[in-house]
Amino acid sequence: MTERPNRIAPEVQLDIFRRMALLKANDERSRKMVRTGRLVMPYYSYRGQEVIPSSVSAALTDDDFICTIYRGIHDMLAKGLPLKDLWAELAGRVDGTCKGKGGPMHLTYPKKGLMVTTGIVGSSMPIANGLAWSSQLEGDGRVTVAYFGDGASNIGAFHESLNLASVWQLPVIFVCQNNQFAEHTAFEVGTSAKRVADRGVAYSMPAVRIDGNDPHAMYAAAKEAVDRARAGKGPTLIEAMTFRFHGHILGDDDAYIPREQKEAAIAADPYPRFRAQLIEDGVASEADLAAIEQHWEDELDAAIEFALASPWPEIVELKRDVYQEEIA
Amino acid sequence: MATVTEAAAKKAPNMLQAINLGLADAMAANDRVLVLGEDVADREGGGIVGITNGLEARFGSHRVRSTPITEQAIVGAAIGAALRGWRPVAEIMLMNFTTVAMDMIVNHAAKLRFMSGGQTSVPIVIRTMTGAGRGSGGQHSDYLEAWFAHTAGMKVVTASNPADAYGLMRAAIDDPDPVMVIENMPSYWTPHPEWARPLTPGEIVPIGKALTVREGTDLTIVAYSRMVVEAMNAARVLEGEGISAEVIDLRTISPWDREAVLASVGKTGRLLVVHEAVTPFGVGAEIAASVGHALFGKLMGPIERLGAAYSPVPFSKPLETAFMPGADRIADTARAMTRA
Repeated sequence: MTERPNRIAPEVQLDIFRRMALLKANDERSRKMVRTGRLVMPYYSYRGQEVIPSSVSAALTDDDFICTIYRGIHDMLAKGLPLKDLWAELAGRVDGTCKGKGGPMHLTYPKKGLMVTTGIVGSSMPIANGLAWSSQLEGDGRVTVAYFGDGASNIGAFHESLNLASVWQLPVIFVCQNNQFAEHTAFEVGTSAKRVADRGVAYSMPAVRIDGNDPHAMYAAAKEAVDRARAGKGPTLIEAMTFRFHGHILGDDDAYIPREQKEAAIAADPYPRFRAQLIEDGVASEADLAAIEQHWEDELDAAIEFALASPWPEIVELKRDVYQEEIA
Repeated sequence: MATVTEAAAKKAPNMLQAINLGLADAMAANDRVLVLGEDVADREGGGIVGITNGLEARFGSHRVRSTPITEQAIVGAAIGAALRGWRPVAEIMLMNFTTVAMDMIVNHAAKLRFMSGGQTSVPIVIRTMTGAGRGSGGQHSDYLEAWFAHTAGMKVVTASNPADAYGLMRAAIDDPDPVMVIENMPSYWTPHPEWARPLTPGEIVPIGKALTVREGTDLTIVAYSRMVVEAMNAARVLEGEGISAEVIDLRTISPWDREAVLASVGKTGRLLVVHEAVTPFGVGAEIAASVGHALFGKLMGPIERLGAAYSPVPFSKPLETAFMPGADRIADTARAMTRA
């Protein structure tokens, strides 16, 4: 095995790859299912951003919490959302994580600490603070991660949340997945700061911009932030640079992205890059990695079959879960 | 200096003391109850009018936390803590300030239980004060209860007297769902109304139950918050004129006590709904439509609604006085309704 400086442990690399392989296969299957009309849902592809939650999740435990946003299926899957529960939810069926009542933009699975998926830009952050506050009150050492995009760094919720997290020294990590486009608007067009990380200074918060497509850098930054939070030393802002290979929503032709920028990003796809590095460094063989990929394809087949066989929710569900007590 | 709680322990606490006592008793009964909001801790004076004064000294600074002026983050922090089973009472100082936290309240607090298929829940209380009459103008006085009553997943309560303020606060904190508690600021310091029952510590007022504060036979007046006081004053005047008004204090706006209102209007045949919020698209419209449907053909006249003028709350005293309904207009409307 080739020894390289600044490289994370081989077993962690493989752990991250396993998650990335799941995420990539899941995205490809999702787009295929929608495009062929087998599933009807709004779909926000995360293809190209797999490294970020895969690396962050490798630095977390099942007891830690995350709150994410509508482009967040990768964040949920990377931290352990079971595929069958996910796909039944995407299909709007009763066996979904949310009984089909939430859908792709509201995935929730507290058993793995997946507390909130919001469809509102920026709104993962104020709630993540509350989860972190509860950990501070209970002294349980749990950490909360709030995922959001570069566009969310311009909304009030971001600024209110970072300020409160800093004032209260909460065990929370703000992970900005900077995919360089806020819906259709380029990052630099809508953001006064050169870097989202620069905004950490305003909140007296450690902040870093890192290559979010590099698992080594991403894991190291996440680990440092997790250790800081667990030690009671307060919040961290991580700006993870990445790129979204598909439009804002499936069907969007992303004409607003300069062709050369997109082509360069796709040419630098972090998935095949990391895969090749693992083989080159002797962390795993081609056969090992192919087996992981095949495993996820098989799991996806089973999950989709399960989902489409699951019943639709009964109409009476409209009266349930609005309040604890069913509406008469 | 005596704390508010100590003062409240004496006879006939006012609204402010009753709310303080309700919070203190809830915090003593359940160590998961938290209080957060602008200025709520003791160093900041226990809120701008002192409602939470003394709670930090008694329950600790970890359970009573002042926040920056950051309504969205306040409600967000409350939601996150509630997701783990804490019982946060978030103060949004004035009801107009809920507008800057609407996303957290409406999109998140109210909906997470449903959207998660019942996996999570948000048992928070949002305390907020409001009310015209003190010259606070267009952004410090609005009654916005209809917005929240219109949001599935929220409950909304409001008291007219100290006993209910105490009991509703206890019920709201115990409730498994998000509850907005609306407090009328101008009546915080008014003496205990003579028609109201005395505050009994430990008495929980169930959410969804109205109270008939005055029995009558000629018409039913449904009101809530400070308008109950005005309705009671009007009823006393009307009694002298031979008009017998039944007054129902709704106490819970959502879910409202349909049964109690229908039973009363079924008896009197006439309904007047009074609130301080503007009339169009208000809570009165919902109640009128519901009662009109249920008792069609049994009513002795059209249902009347009395609310504020359809304008922002004005500053100038004569305008502000004319803006809100009061005992005189309630009595006038009742006379017109019963004259036929």
